[in-house]
Amino acid sequence: MAGNSADKWQGGLLGWIDARFPLSAMWNDHLAKYYAPKNFNFWYFFGSLALLVLVMQIITGIWLTMNYKPDAKLAFNSVEYIMRDVNWGWLIRYMHSTGASAFFVVVYLHMFRGLIYGSYQKPRELIWIFGCFIYLALMAEAFMGYLLPWGQMSYWGAQVIINLFGAIPFVGEGIAEWIRGDYVVADATLNRFFAFHVIAVPIVLLALVVLHILALHEVGSNNPDGVEIKKNKGPDGNPVDGIPFHPYYTVKDIVGVIVFLIFFSIVMFFMPEMGGYFLEHNNFIPADPLKTPEHIAPLWYFTPFYAILRAVPSIGGSSFPGVAAMFMAIIVLFLLPWLDRSPVKSIRYRGRIYKIWLALFVISFAILGWLGMEQPSFWKTLTAQVCTAIYFAFFILMPIYTKMDKTKPVPDRVTS
Amino acid sequence: MNKHLIKTLLLLAPAWAFAAGGGVHLEKANIDPDNVQSLQRGAKMFVNYCLSCHSAELMRYERVGKDLGIEDKLVQEHLMFTGGKLGDLMTVATADADSKEWFGTVPPDLTVIARSRGADWLYTYMKSFYRDDSKIIGVNNLVFPDVGMPHVLWELQGWQDAVITTVKDSHGKESKSVALELTEPGIMSPKEYDRAVRDLVNFLDYMGEPYKHERKSLGVKVIMFLLVFLIVAYMMKREFWKDIH
Repeated sequence: MAGNSADKWQGGLLGWIDARFPLSAMWNDHLAKYYAPKNFNFWYFFGSLALLVLVMQIITGIWLTMNYKPDAKLAFNSVEYIMRDVNWGWLIRYMHSTGASAFFVVVYLHMFRGLIYGSYQKPRELIWIFGCFIYLALMAEAFMGYLLPWGQMSYWGAQVIINLFGAIPFVGEGIAEWIRGDYVVADATLNRFFAFHVIAVPIVLLALVVLHILALHEVGSNNPDGVEIKKNKGPDGNPVDGIPFHPYYTVKDIVGVIVFLIFFSIVMFFMPEMGGYFLEHNNFIPADPLKTPEHIAPLWYFTPFYAILRAVPSIGGSSFPGVAAMFMAIIVLFLLPWLDRSPVKSIRYRGRIYKIWLALFVISFAILGWLGMEQPSFWKTLTAQVCTAIYFAFFILMPIYTKMDKTKPVPDRVTS
Repeated sequence: MNKHLIKTLLLLAPAWAFAAGGGVHLEKANIDPDNVQSLQRGAKMFVNYCLSCHSAELMRYERVGKDLGIEDKLVQEHLMFTGGKLGDLMTVATADADSKEWFGTVPPDLTVIARSRGADWLYTYMKSFYRDDSKIIGVNNLVFPDVGMPHVLWELQGWQDAVITTVKDSHGKESKSVALELTEPGIMSPKEYDRAVRDLVNFLDYMGEPYKHERKSLGVKVIMFLLVFLIVAYMMKREFWKDIH
């Protein structure tokens, strides 16, 4: 009898809610009856992992905000105060700083997955575009967050990046000043970056993530074969090659989450600075507007674009061409769904030409990432120029080589 | 295993551009963060020789005492010369303006200096002072040319002089190399001085991240938990996926 009454009570409550809010419907649409292809592989972990890191960043961020002081005079010391005097402050701070880099690791792998399996192709163009906006918002979030510890690298990194806007003809200086709120990076800049980092950009990020997932669940997930599972439905009306996201992919993703957390913990507990890549050594020196560090390099996740910026020679003393190239390198990502003219989605059924281009692209991007941290020299600049050319050629020539490429026939059903 | 992994990763990292300080070879500090006695000696050196000009304003005396196993009473007697409360931060009494007049610059706070400079740099720095009459303060430093800081430990180390040798390479190009020679011995033998500097650097390194011990020991526990959790989660996944072909 007890069980009976409990059922009744639960059904009653759920029924009460369902009559007023689509709780069961949402649960079913997005988890229990969302059919995902059954052949997801390793590359399909990174979407849910990105969501995990986002939640982690928001939660640790809230707790950091409780003791952080967005004031040029207090910021540096307040971070060290968190690390020393706040209970578990060091853990929260390291989770946040390691999380920032982990976010980019996961997002880069997630984007690469989209690239190799053609996940941006019709009908998933909007998913890709929302994703590109997420990436853009993430870069803004990371850039502004990096100013907050108010160390030398925070300060001079921000100075260099904001000055880039100054290279825009005519209006540049005005824009740069408008962003800083001062003639140099100063207290006003710190305050507004704090506002953007903790409120504005996170709201935008969350909204974009919702759009990204809604668009995905509207058309359904792609898979390593690039086969549309919705074309092949069983008598029950569900895709034959699909399985409900919950419980199958929730239990699988838990495994992925734990493996990720193990790697995350190794970095966070044993090498939180990651040899200067995640926390730069110079950032343990308080910001000093009068002392320019000898070597200013952005954090590793920005370096490919920084290398592109430096690779393009300035014209008439203006570094605008480099700045334009850097922004173009990001904007071109948005166009990907229309640049790819291949009849197949997945790399499994593409020809050799595409594979060679993709390999060149990945290698160039990695080399650019390395060069962005290095002091420029003749050979390094030349290498960066070659890699920049390959980076853009990968996109610009894509309509031609994807059409030329010999593709293999795509099976009707997913392969296991 | 973790230590090995860290080492490999560190080797892959590029040399710190600033730490090389004009291409001077840095000596390995070989500090031992687990050696409490070394840390205690380092703390004593720090308050005796450094804290009169340099602050460590993000560090509390109480914490030093707790972490290094020094009793409260002893902390007050041996580390705190100007009185104050146990929970006070390690600040200096010298006004910034005075320091600026005496040294040309305000001596930097040393709380996190080991995190920006690195232990090897600090170790080599403290061993690289030499007499240089062309400088106002009469000394110079190999890893920090035109340094504003006097050789505070001269009594312990003695005085070094620079010996410049000109070397010709196979192309007939001349290059100068500078070596330091101890010309006036101090109270300590070179070996004793090395140890003293190592203790000091050990303390600076501890002060940069006083929670380092806690961080690592918690890390081991977290990872062990995750590994156990991984087995359970994997078994659960396999159970659910049994019927998917």
